[in-house]
Amino acid sequence: MNKDVSIKVCMGTGGIAAGGVEVMSTFEKALASVGIKAAVQKNCSMHKVGCRGFCARDVLVDVIIDGTKSTYQYIKPDMVERIVQEHVVGGAPIGDWLVTDDYHTFHDKQVKVVLSDCGEVDPEDIDSYLGRGGYEAVKKVLTTMTPQETIDVIKASGLRGRGGAGFPTAVKWDMAIKATGPKKYLICNADEGDPGAFMDRSVVEGNPHAVIEGMIIGAYAIGAPHGYVYIRAEYPLAVERLHLAIKQAKERGYLGKNILGKGLDFMIKVKLGAGAFVCGEETALIASIEGKRGQPKAKPPFPVQKGLWGYPTIINNVETLANVPYIIRKGASWYAAMGTEKSKGTKVFALTGKILNSGLIEVPMGIPLKEVIYDIGGGIENGKKLKAVQTGGPSGGCIPANMVDTTLDYESLSKVGSIMGSGGMVVLDETDCMVNVAKYFLQFTQSESCGKCIPCRVGTKRLLEILTRITEGKGREGDIELLESLAADVKTSSLCGLGQSAPNPVLSTIRYYRDEYEAHIYEKRCPAGVCKDLLSYSILEEFCKGCTACTRVCPAGAIIGEKKKPHKIIQDICIKCGACFETCKFKAIKKG
Amino acid sequence: MLSDKELQDINAELAHAATKASASVDALNIVQRHQGWVSDEAMKDVASMLDMTADELDAVATFYSFIFRRPVGRHVILVCDSISCYVMGYNPLLDNIKNRLGIAFGETTEDKRFTLLPISCLGACDRAPAIMVDEDLYGPVTAETMDGILEKYK
Ligand SMILES: Cc1cc2nc3c(=O)[nH]c(=O)nc-3n(C[C@H](O)[C@H](O)[C@H](O)COP(=O)(O)O)c2cc1C
Ligand code: FES
Repeated sequence: MNKDVSIKVCMGTGGIAAGGVEVMSTFEKALASVGIKAAVQKNCSMHKVGCRGFCARDVLVDVIIDGTKSTYQYIKPDMVERIVQEHVVGGAPIGDWLVTDDYHTFHDKQVKVVLSDCGEVDPEDIDSYLGRGGYEAVKKVLTTMTPQETIDVIKASGLRGRGGAGFPTAVKWDMAIKATGPKKYLICNADEGDPGAFMDRSVVEGNPHAVIEGMIIGAYAIGAPHGYVYIRAEYPLAVERLHLAIKQAKERGYLGKNILGKGLDFMIKVKLGAGAFVCGEETALIASIEGKRGQPKAKPPFPVQKGLWGYPTIINNVETLANVPYIIRKGASWYAAMGTEKSKGTKVFALTGKILNSGLIEVPMGIPLKEVIYDIGGGIENGKKLKAVQTGGPSGGCIPANMVDTTLDYESLSKVGSIMGSGGMVVLDETDCMVNVAKYFLQFTQSESCGKCIPCRVGTKRLLEILTRITEGKGREGDIELLESLAADVKTSSLCGLGQSAPNPVLSTIRYYRDEYEAHIYEKRCPAGVCKDLLSYSILEEFCKGCTACTRVCPAGAIIGEKKKPHKIIQDICIKCGACFETCKFKAIKKG
Repeated sequence: MLSDKELQDINAELAHAATKASASVDALNIVQRHQGWVSDEAMKDVASMLDMTADELDAVATFYSFIFRRPVGRHVILVCDSISCYVMGYNPLLDNIKNRLGIAFGETTEDKRFTLLPISCLGACDRAPAIMVDEDLYGPVTAETMDGILEKYK
C-alpha cells in the first residue's frame, strides 16, 4: 500500500476531556495491526493538534488520504477500528460519523488569523510550526527591519489590544521604545479571568509558538531583554505546552542570547497566577510578579513609565501578540484590509450559553452579530427564542435580541452600551432572567474586588445586596433609581478597571430590561420564571392524568394524589426545584 | 519543618528569581504540593527563606484563593460558578454534588477524600457546566457523569 495517510486528533483541553488521548493511542494500535505504520511509516503520520474551536463535537479526527480530508466528530476509541478498516484500508469514509453540514457553516463565515494554525500544527512540536512558516517573521524583522520599522508596520496594520480596552498596540510600543533605562520588560498577559472567555487558553494550547514569536518581535521592537508570561494556574495544559514551547524555541536559537546570530537577547519566564481575577489588571499583575498581593495601583505612572521593579514595562494580551507574527509575515495592508475603519483585523470570540454550536470562533471585525449567532452559531438551542447576547464579561453589557444587527467592532459595541472586552460572548434565551444575570456578574466582581478602594469594595457589595433583594421579591420602590445612582458613583470613583466597569452589567440590563426589573419589584413576578422566591408551581387539573411521575421525582414529598386522579402540590412543602415541571409529559405543571 | 525536597525545590526557585520576595507564591505552591496546604509553621519556615516576616508572607498568601491556609482533602473539587456555567445548569449540578458528598462549599468530607470549592470561570464555558478535580477538567457535567468522575479519585 502506498497511500499518503495522515491522521489528526484534536487534543485541546476539550479534546482531551472527551478522550482524545485514548482515541489517539487506539489509532496507533489499529494502524500498526493492519501493517500501515510498518509498511508506509514515512507516509503515515499521526498528529495531535490544538483546539479547532468546535469542542462540543470532540473528539474530532481528520483522516487525510492522498490530500483528501474527511473530518469525523464524536469519535470514541471503540469507533477507531472501523474507521481504519473501512476508510484507511478500504477507502470508503463512514458517512454517518462524518461531521454534518453545520460543521462547515460553523467554519465558512470565519476568517482565521490568530487561529489559522490552531488545529493544524502540533503544539508540542516546533517543527510543525516551522513547517507552516513559523518564526519567519522573527527572521524578517531581525534581518531586514529596524525596531522603529517594526513598530511602523504594526501601526499601519491598525492592531489594537485584544485584552479588553482596545488600545493601539503601536502607540504603546512607541512609548516603550522612547523610554530609557537599564532594563525594560515585556509581559504577555495570559491571566484570562473574564467569565465566559477561553480564547487565550485555546491560543496558548493550540499554537504557543505564535505567542512566543509575537513576544520576540515585540521585545526587539521596544528593546526589552526580559519577558514574562503571566498565566493562570487553572490552565495546566496551557502552562505545560508553554514551558515546552519555550524550551524548544531556546534550543533552536529563537530565545536566549544573540538570537539567530543577530545580537538580540531575549528570554521568557513563566509566572503562574494563584486564583485572583484582579491580577489581570496590569498594575496588579506587576505587583503579583513581584511577589506581593495583587492589588492595582493608581495610574499614572503607567507601567510603560514605571512598571516591573520600577522599570519601563509593556503588557500585551495573548491574542494581541499572537497577531503580530502574521502581520509581519503577510504585511500591514493585508491585515488592515479586514475589519472596519477603526477596528482592523479579526477578533476571536468564545461563543457560549444557549447557542447550538458553542465554541471558539474568529471573525472579521465589523461582522453583524446576527451572522455570528445564526450562521456560525446555528441559532438558539432547543428552538427557543434569543433574548440577549452578553459581551465583555463582567465589564460589559447585554445586546438585546432586537439589536442583533449591531456589528462587532469597538465603536458599535460601546454605542449600544456594551464592550468588545476580551471576547466572551454568552447567549441568553427567553428562559434567562436579566436581573439574575446582572446579579451573577455582581457576585463575581464583588468577590473578586481586591478591597483596596472603598467605592469598589463597598459599592459592589451594596449593588449586589439590592439586586439580591429584588430577585428575592423584596425589592422596594426606588431601587432601580438607587442602583443607577450608586452605579454611577462606583464607576467614577473606583481605582481600577474592575470597579470602574463592574456596574456595567447592571446599567445595561436596566437600560434594555427595565420592565423586567419593575415586574420583580412591583408585581413580585419574574417574567422568565427563574427567581425561585417569585415562583410557584401548581398542577392544572384538566391536564393531569395522575401518572404519579411527579410524585416520584419530587425530592420534598410535596405532591399528593391518588393514581389516575389529578394531583396537588402542597405549597408550604414545595422547594421550587422544578423537578416536576421537567418530568411531566402532559404539560400539567404550571410555573408562574 | 520543611522536608529536604521542599527546601531543594524552593532553593531552585530562588536561584533564578529576580528578588527573593518575588518567589513567594511559587514557594508557597511548592509547600502546598507536598503538604496539601500551608500551615502556620510552614509559613514561618518559608518566610525566613524569603527574608520576610511570617505576617508579611501571610498577607500575600491570603490574597490568593489557591493558597490553602486550612487542610484540604486528598482531592479538591472546583465547581465553576461563573455566567456560562450558571445559565447551563450550575445550580442543579451543585445541589447534586453537595447531596452526594454531604458537604457544602469550603468543607471536606469526613474521610478526607474531597474538599469542595467554588471557582470563577475555568475557561471551559463551551462545555458548561464545568468542574475541575485536582488538575483534570470535566464538562459538560451531568448528574449521570458525576458518578464516573468521582470514582476516579480515591
Ligand atoms: C480587572 C481587570 C482584569 C483584566 N484582566 C485581563 C486579562 O485577564 N487578560 C488581559 O489580557 N487583559 C486583562 N485586563 C487588561 C489589562 O489591564 C491590560 O489592559 C491588557 O493586558 C493590555 O494588553 P493589550 O493592550 O494587548 O490589550 C484586565 C483589566 C482589568 C481592569
Ligand atoms: S463560565 Fe464556567 S467555565 Fe467559563
